[in-house]
Amino acid sequence: MFESLSYLVLQQYWWIIVSLLGSVLVFLMFVQGGQTLIGNLGKNESEKTILFNSLGRKWEFTFTTLVTFGGAFFASFPLFYATSFGGAYWVWILILFAFIIQAVSYEFRTKAGNFLGQKMYETFLFINGLLATILIGTAVATFFTGSGFSLDVMKHVTWTSQARGLEAALSLHNLSLGLAVFFLSRVLATLYFMNNVDEDTIFTRSKRHLLINTLPFLVFFLFFLIRLLFIKGYAYDPQSKIVTLENFKYLHNLRDMPLVLTLLLLGVIGVLYGIAISLLKNKYTKGIWFTGAGTILTVLSLFMIAGFNHTAFYPSSFDLQSSLTIENSSSSRFTLTTMSYVSLLVPFVIAYIWYAWRAMNKVKISRDDLKTEDHLY
Amino acid sequence: MLGSIDLTPLVDWSRAQFALTAMYHWLFVPLTLGITWIIAMMETMYVKTGDPEWKKITKFWMKLFGINFAIGVATGIILEFEFGTNWSNYSWFVGDIFGAPLAIEGIMAFFLESTFIAIMFFGWNKVSRKFHLASSWLVAIGANLSALWILVANAWMQSPTGTAFNPETARNEMTSFWDVFLSPVAINKFLHTITSGMVLASIFIIGVSAWFILKKRETRMALRSITVAAVFGLLSSVLLALTGDGSAKQIAAVQPLKLAAMEGLYDGKTEAGLVAFGILNGQEKRESGKPFAVKLEMPKLLSWLAFGDPLHFVAGINDFTKGNAQQGILSIPEKIERGTIARETLTGYKNAKTAGNLAKADSLKAQFYDKAFLDRNFKYFGYGFSQDVNYYVPNVPLTFYSFHIMVILGFGFMLFFALFLFFSARGELPERKFWLILAPWVIPLAYIASEAGWIVAELGRQPWTVQDLLPTIAAVTKLDTGSIIVTFILFAVTFTVLAIAEVNIMVKAIKNGPKNEGGTK
Repeated sequence: MFESLSYLVLQQYWWIIVSLLGSVLVFLMFVQGGQTLIGNLGKNESEKTILFNSLGRKWEFTFTTLVTFGGAFFASFPLFYATSFGGAYWVWILILFAFIIQAVSYEFRTKAGNFLGQKMYETFLFINGLLATILIGTAVATFFTGSGFSLDVMKHVTWTSQARGLEAALSLHNLSLGLAVFFLSRVLATLYFMNNVDEDTIFTRSKRHLLINTLPFLVFFLFFLIRLLFIKGYAYDPQSKIVTLENFKYLHNLRDMPLVLTLLLLGVIGVLYGIAISLLKNKYTKGIWFTGAGTILTVLSLFMIAGFNHTAFYPSSFDLQSSLTIENSSSSRFTLTTMSYVSLLVPFVIAYIWYAWRAMNKVKISRDDLKTEDHLY
Repeated sequence: MLGSIDLTPLVDWSRAQFALTAMYHWLFVPLTLGITWIIAMMETMYVKTGDPEWKKITKFWMKLFGINFAIGVATGIILEFEFGTNWSNYSWFVGDIFGAPLAIEGIMAFFLESTFIAIMFFGWNKVSRKFHLASSWLVAIGANLSALWILVANAWMQSPTGTAFNPETARNEMTSFWDVFLSPVAINKFLHTITSGMVLASIFIIGVSAWFILKKRETRMALRSITVAAVFGLLSSVLLALTGDGSAKQIAAVQPLKLAAMEGLYDGKTEAGLVAFGILNGQEKRESGKPFAVKLEMPKLLSWLAFGDPLHFVAGINDFTKGNAQQGILSIPEKIERGTIARETLTGYKNAKTAGNLAKADSLKAQFYDKAFLDRNFKYFGYGFSQDVNYYVPNVPLTFYSFHIMVILGFGFMLFFALFLFFSARGELPERKFWLILAPWVIPLAYIASEAGWIVAELGRQPWTVQDLLPTIAAVTKLDTGSIIVTFILFAVTFTVLAIAEVNIMVKAIKNGPKNEGGTK
C-alpha cells in the first residue's frame, strides 16, 4: 500500500503526521496553562484541590503526546532531531527539565513525607506551565526565522551561539509566538475548567480570566502572524535544492496552498468562536471543543506553511545551504514506508482514548466527586 | 570527523550524564514492569471471588505503584531526548533505525499505559468491574510493551542487523524491519529485562509484606500477597536464569570481548572454567598473566555455557588486543587499520563530491556496495576513530564484578522465593521470624542486581554506541564540556532530591497501610 507512494509523498505524509502531533500537543498544553492559573482561579485549599485534580487526570496525555512527538520526529526526520536537539542544547534541556519536575508533582503534592512540601510541588507545576509553553513556542518560531548553525559533509552540527538556542528568545518575533502559546494555553485552560469542573465560583472566575488572557493572546498571535506574512522566508529550488531567501515567502505559501489558507482561517475562526460564545452565552461549557479544534487547525496550518511548498522547515540563518527541508532531513524511503504502516494504529489509539475518557468524564469534578475518590492529587 | 579538539572530557561527561540519568530511571522502571502484572492478578482474584480483601490488597499495591510510576515517568523523558541533545552524531548515524522503535513505543505503548492507568486509579466508581480489570491488565501490557521497543533499539546497538550503510547520507539505513525487531538479541534482552522486573517486584512485595507480619498488622493481606509474589517470583526467576544463559551465549557470539571482560579472562583457552567467585589483581598484573588474586573456578563450565561444548575455545582479552591467528581472531591494530581505510574512503568520497570530481566520487562510492570491501573494511568502520588499542577494551573490574554480583544475587533470589513459597504452603510464615526480618533487606539487593545487569550490558560494550561501527568519541554532540557539567549537576541534584522524596513517600504509605474496603464493589 505505502510502497507505491513516491519518496516525496512519504516525506510529506510524515510531515503531516508530525505536524498533527505538534498541533495536538499545543492544544493539550491547556494543562500547562491551567497550572499557571491555579492561584487566580482557586482561592482556598479545597478549590485548588479541585483544580489540581481536574488537571491531574489529563497531564499524562500532554506528556505522552510530547514524547510521541519527539519519537515520531526522530523516526521520520532524524537530521532535525540531531541538529536541533544537539545544537539548541539549552532550550531543549530547559524544556525537558520543566517536564521532569511536572511528572512527579501531581502524585507527590499532597502525599505524606513528600520531603519538599506541598508549596514546592505547586511551584514546580507553575514553572512547568510558564517555561514549557514559552520555550516551545519560541523554539517553533525558529522554524520560520531560522537559527545560527551549519552542517558539515557528515551532517554534524556546529551552533554559532554560545547560548545554544536561548538566543532565539532575544528576537521579539520568536518571543511573540512563545507568549502567544503561553496565553493561548491559559485561554484553553479556562475553557477546560468551565467544561470539566462543577463549581460555580470556579466557573465565574474562569470566565473572567478567559477574557483577561484572550487579549494578550490576540496581541502576540496577531503580531507574530502578520509579521510572518511580510518577512523573507527560506525557499529551496525543487531541482537544484539550493536554498535562497524569498520575499513574502510565507504569504506566498498561503497563496499557493489554498487548502492551508482555509485551514488557517477555519482554525482562527474556531479559536475565536469558542472564546466568544463562552464569554457571551450564560453557563456555556462547550467552548473548549471549538477553541481546541481551532488551535489544532491553526497550528497545523503553521506547520504546513513551514514545511511545504519547497520551504526549509528548519532554516539556518548562518549558512542557508545547511537548512533542513523535509527532503534532505528525512529517514530513508524504507523506514518511512515501514513507519507509515505503524501510523495506521493511530485511529485505534484515538478510538480507545475516546472510549475510555467518555466513560470517565460522565461525572464532572466537584467537591462531592472528590469526597468519594481515594486517589487524590 | 570531529576536528582537533580534545574530546576525552566531553565524552566522559556526556557518558557520565547518560549513565546517571539511565541508572536513576532504572531504579524505578523494574518495579513498574513487574508489579503491574501482580496487581492485575490480584484484581482478577477480586473479580472472580468478590472478596473485598482482594480489592483492599489490589488498591494497596496500586497506591505504591502510583508513587513509583510518577518518578519513573519523570526520569524517563530525559533519556529519549538525550539521544539528540548529547549524542546528536549518533542520532543522525542511526536515526533511520533507532527512531522507529521510539516512535512505535509512543504510539503503541505509552498511550495505552497512560489512558488505562487513569481508569486504574480513578475508575473504581466510574466504570464496571470488568472494564476496570481489563484496564489493569492493559496497563501491565502497555508498560511491558514500552520496554519491548526501547530494548529492540538497545539490542540493535549491541548487535546491528537488518541495516546497510548509505555513503550518500553517511548513515546506516534500515533494510529489514523484521530483522531489527526479531533479532535474537532483542527477543532475549526483552525477556531477560521484563523477568528481572518481575523478580524485583516480587521481592518488593514479599519484603513489605514480611514487615506487616512482623508488626502483626494486616496479616491476612500480607500472607496472601506473599503467596502470589512467591509463586510469581519463583517462576520469573527461573525464566530470568534461562534468558540470562541465552544472553551469555549471544554475547559470546556477537560481543566476545564483553564476555572476556565479564569473566576476567585475559588469555583465551579451550575447556575454559567459569569463575564463580574471584578478586581481580591490578591492571599491570592482570595483563601480565595473573588476573586474579583469588578465584574459585568451575572447570570447563564457561566453554560449555557459552558455546554448548565443554572443550570449546573461549577468547580472552589478549586474543583481541594482540590477535590470535590460530583461532582466526583479528588483532585490534589490524581492525584499526581496516577501519581507517573505510573512514578514509568515506571522507575521500565526500571530498571528491564536494570538489565536483564525480568520476572519483563514483568509484569510491561503489566500494560501499562491494561485499569484499564491506566484509574486510566497513565491518570495522568504528575502529578508524582512535589509534589507541586500549580505547577498545572495556573496564574489566567493573564489568567483572557487576556480572558476578548480578548472577550470585539472581540465584539467591530463586532460593528466597522457594523458601517463602515453602513456608507459605505449610502455613508457617508468621513463625519464621529470621526470614521475615531478612526479607525487607533483600529489596535493596534486588535493586543492586538489577542495576548491575545494566552496568554489564552497557559498560561491557564500551567504547561502542553501535558495536564496531560507532564509538562514543564519534557519537557525541560537540558541546563545551562546561555545559555538560552543569546539566550533570542539575540532573544529579534533581533526581537525588526526587528519589529521596519518593522513598520517603513510599515508606509513609507503607506505614499507613491499606484502607479498609466496605462492600464488594
